[in-house]
Amino acid sequence: MTKLLHHLGLYFIMMKKVISAPEKWSVFRKQLVLEMEKVGLNSVSLVIILSFFVGAVVSIQTAFNMTNPLLPSYLVGLASRDSLILEFSPTMISLILAGKVGSSIASEIGSMRVTEQIDALEIMGINSASFLILPKIVASIFFFPFLIIMSMGIGMVGAWVGGLSADVTTADFMYGLKYEFNSFYITYAVIKTIFFAFIISSVSAYFGYHTKGGAIAVGKSSTTAVVTSSILILLFNYILTDIILS
Amino acid sequence: MIEIQNIDKHFGDNHVLKNVSFTFEKGKTNLIIGESGSGKTTLIKILIGLHTAESGKIIFDGVDSSTIKTKAQRILRQEIGMLFQGGALYDYMTVEENIMFPLSMFTDKTEEEKLERVNFCLKRVNLEDKNDLMPSELSGGMTKRVAIARAIVMQPKYLLCDEPNSGLDPKTAIIIDNLIQEITKEYNITTIVNTHDMNSVMEIGENIAFINKGEIWWTGNKDSLLNSDNKELNDFVFASELFKRLKS
Repeated sequence: MTKLLHHLGLYFIMMKKVISAPEKWSVFRKQLVLEMEKVGLNSVSLVIILSFFVGAVVSIQTAFNMTNPLLPSYLVGLASRDSLILEFSPTMISLILAGKVGSSIASEIGSMRVTEQIDALEIMGINSASFLILPKIVASIFFFPFLIIMSMGIGMVGAWVGGLSADVTTADFMYGLKYEFNSFYITYAVIKTIFFAFIISSVSAYFGYHTKGGAIAVGKSSTTAVVTSSILILLFNYILTDIILS
Repeated sequence: MIEIQNIDKHFGDNHVLKNVSFTFEKGKTNLIIGESGSGKTTLIKILIGLHTAESGKIIFDGVDSSTIKTKAQRILRQEIGMLFQGGALYDYMTVEENIMFPLSMFTDKTEEEKLERVNFCLKRVNLEDKNDLMPSELSGGMTKRVAIARAIVMQPKYLLCDEPNSGLDPKTAIIIDNLIQEITKEYNITTIVNTHDMNSVMEIGENIAFINKGEIWWTGNKDSLLNSDNKELNDFVFASELFKRLKS
């Protein structure tokens, strides 16, 4: 418990330093573009592959479980749509991004800490927490929702392909996709994603920023960042779902 | 000139610095020497503000750093150039971007003006045309020279060097030592070098403080060092056979 409070205290002290106006906007903009590429663009291919195949599997499994002939086949499209929008894209993709982006943020900042690059920033009079972490948080919050919306679209394409292999016609599948569609589901998914993006980037940055030691410590920080971010994503998934959908 | 007065620092039960006082003179290469764990790095980290002393004063050209406000402290930090043991170059930036970085952060110079200054600093450390290399493509000596170029790009009043020769071959180490001394004279700055390399001491030691167990045990220069009868200093300086023969 004491350890948890210690980490929470350090996290909020760090965040107070992070959330301050950049020293120079032109440098911040440059950093932001770099981070957009690192945390966002570099994850596009992974998100496409995962979403397509998971979408296909979801629709095949749904079709496989619908043994009752009274159930219409368009339900495959409807169930795939809701699974992808409500849970798979925002939560599962965020968990995967916690592994990819979170470990990258923690190890990058951790390496900078152990090689005294962060000290070099501080000596120049630069707020190192803000300089290094703020662009990562802003880039994640800005880019992750696009990744998630893209994941929904690609997942549905995968679900359609999977549906075809399970003898669900395109017309039935499309009918299911559109059936009683509630656009608030997308809003709900985006709200969750923004929270998850903040958790992944700030928690991973926290563990990287407070790395002490050498290469082994960097690896440990990276692992701890991924585990902690994943647990927090699951916890906040429950809390946000309860608040927004109940 | 940097004066330190009665600096005290503990890490838990370990009394790392005990009432340390010394004056680092302007236009000279001031050396802090001592064994590993003697408190040298802690002292240099206190000087640059990475650690806080429990008591004592640090006076930069008559200004007590503990009495000035945050904004003035940040300005003071911009007047300090620091050369880290490993160079601490930003590994996602090229050589040019590394040196240009402080200029981009703290000045309103145009791109042409910044590039001109970067090229001047690179030329000063004999690394012309290396602008586009990444830190991973540099040798140990080149890394140190780029770090020196970055440290002097803002024309600092104070240059602090932590173990500048660690990991370098003797010939490259002498080149780095001479470069530090030349820059000190050329810009008339206060340079502090933290080292336990006796070749450096004999090469550039104009004003030396010997730290042992957190206390200053001896002060002098490279000439008086050889004739000192301070036992602890002699044990440290003449640990190698080569230096023992030099003394005899």
